[in-house]
Amino acid sequence: MIIIYLIGSFLIGTGIFFNRGKVLNYTLIWLFLALQCAFTVYACMHYNQTESNYFTFDALGLIMLLTATIIAIPAVIHSHIYIEESEEKTPRSRSFYFGALVLLISAVSAAYLANHIAVVWIFTEITTLSASTLIYHHRNKLALEGTWKYVFICAISITFVFIGILFLSLSFAKGASDDLSYKNLLSHSSLLNLSWLRLAFLFIFTGFTVKLGLFPMFTAGVDAKDKAPGPAAALLSSIVMCMGFVGIFRFYILVANTPLLHWASLVIGIAAFLSLFIAAVYMIKVKNIKRMMAYSSIEHMGLVMLGIAAGGIGYYAAILHIVLHAFVKSSLFFQYNQIYRVFKNKNIYQLGNYFKYNTTGAIVVLLAFISVTAMPPSGMFVSEFLIFRSLFEANQLILLLVVLLLLTLIIWAFAKSVFKILFIPAVNFDESTVPILSPWRSVSQFILIGGAAYLGLNPPLIFVDLIKTSIMLLPH
Amino acid sequence: MLHVLLIVFLISLFYLAIANRMTSYVKLLAAQGILLFFVAFLELKHINTVNLILILLETIIFKSLAVPVFLNYILKRNKITREAEPFVPNFVSLIITTVIVVTTIILSNTMEESYLDKMYFVVALSTLFTGLYFIASRRKIITHVMGYLVIENGVFVLSLAVGNEMPMLVNLGIMLDIFASVLILGVFLNKIGDVFKDIDVNQLTNLKDY
Repeated sequence: MIIIYLIGSFLIGTGIFFNRGKVLNYTLIWLFLALQCAFTVYACMHYNQTESNYFTFDALGLIMLLTATIIAIPAVIHSHIYIEESEEKTPRSRSFYFGALVLLISAVSAAYLANHIAVVWIFTEITTLSASTLIYHHRNKLALEGTWKYVFICAISITFVFIGILFLSLSFAKGASDDLSYKNLLSHSSLLNLSWLRLAFLFIFTGFTVKLGLFPMFTAGVDAKDKAPGPAAALLSSIVMCMGFVGIFRFYILVANTPLLHWASLVIGIAAFLSLFIAAVYMIKVKNIKRMMAYSSIEHMGLVMLGIAAGGIGYYAAILHIVLHAFVKSSLFFQYNQIYRVFKNKNIYQLGNYFKYNTTGAIVVLLAFISVTAMPPSGMFVSEFLIFRSLFEANQLILLLVVLLLLTLIIWAFAKSVFKILFIPAVNFDESTVPILSPWRSVSQFILIGGAAYLGLNPPLIFVDLIKTSIMLLPH
Repeated sequence: MLHVLLIVFLISLFYLAIANRMTSYVKLLAAQGILLFFVAFLELKHINTVNLILILLETIIFKSLAVPVFLNYILKRNKITREAEPFVPNFVSLIITTVIVVTTIILSNTMEESYLDKMYFVVALSTLFTGLYFIASRRKIITHVMGYLVIENGVFVLSLAVGNEMPMLVNLGIMLDIFASVLILGVFLNKIGDVFKDIDVNQLTNLKDY
């Protein structure tokens, strides 16, 4: 089925690329969504089976695949609205946008399910190509700059991952076979040469941080989310970040079963703390709301990796946090399009009094703010609290204190901007040009934020079991 | 013979550090391609012939012919002035490249590994870090792309080290090379040449944190 899924998405993608007719394009994209949902149902029914030798429907893959499918549906709906309402729409730009969207979603889904590190690498490269097409949608000078930075830094990072794979094969040199699948490596973990494995971990981790949005390669992602159209930025900051996480996590499971566990956790912890620090600094500074949301994603990824580095309950909390963050951040980016429709500007000084112009949208922004800053009624409060608990149980009290301080700074910076946007009128704002936006546009965001709250506060037993199975191989 | 070729490859990195003109860079990349062709020919004895012929064709045709020709076309089309103005003086670059090579040699001596020929490791890592330094110390976008191609050559040398046991990895590396180079060079360098009249990285600073 996975081969049918991949060939089907590829054909649909190329069909959308080359065809310029509106009706056929929209039919094809809804066909792709149906294919995606059918594939997800199939994957859930065939839990823990391996297909085509390189793809396994394991627990982590299923969680991420379900998240991707749930986010893909509003992404297509909002892309539809966005393309229809943009002024410079041409059939060519529409075809490129939807074709790249199909390619991105299918490549990310395949990367979640791959059980061989080289296959994950191939699909990560494909996401670079499709994401850069999406970022370049407006085809102006700033979009070109953002796309160039994204492509270049992603190319270097993917090369780093490849070098890591080469070092991994060097460390596996005395192994019984030349099969680099995760299961095979794990069963031979005692045979791995540790010095090569150290180098392999460093390179693979650095390479995947461009997709995950962590220090050192996070800069490409920030520019990309700034310049990409709203729904594309939503996908970039939710499912692509989950893909970076899956890439690092599966390799971390291997390293955690060798004597390198403590060293690897130290490396991840340093990178995570630095990301949190950088996010705090920049969130106080930036006045562009899209960039602020991008730095907030980096802050959350720093928290997720701190959970991984701390261990214990932190593993569970990290996976829970990244799933909830995907839902909440994508809903914020979907709402951003409506903010831009009302104000035609991204700078916080030009936005204001949003409650008056779009009440439903403003409630979404308020709820998303409560979720992103992890305040109690939201689901992310649970996962962040568990991450703090894991840091406390790992005896990292000073680190925990500094992290809490940084998060307080971030909450202050974010709250300052969000409350200005919601309540305080903007200067020199011409109210006559404000369009009346239908409240039905915000329905998907309410569903996503509500779903995040439900999954965090009262998770279904299946969800908890799936997360527990995916962290089973880590040492406890 | 293999070691002589790899050492000549390393010397070409020093030349890269002090060269000034764009055409020297392009000729250097072509020369590195030819060196890699001979290294691949001498090293990969145990993989099957079809695979070997593919790898050899890729080094000669892609690295030594197609990419330099395309780079020359871009240089002519955008009338790029032949000098690249670096941020640091060339002498300092040479010292830094020497430091990189020496550090890599010291690093490789800490790995007690009789399995891998140390020369590959030294050459590959030196090329990688020299390529990264090259990107960081130059101004023009096209020299950034050339630095990326140097990194790719380093990755190829490293993949040759494991190529006899796992030829799939060498193929993957070539695929990366072609894919990334076509994407970066073909699509975006053209577009950037169209939009930005002067291909200078200082132009790409509009996307700021304002």
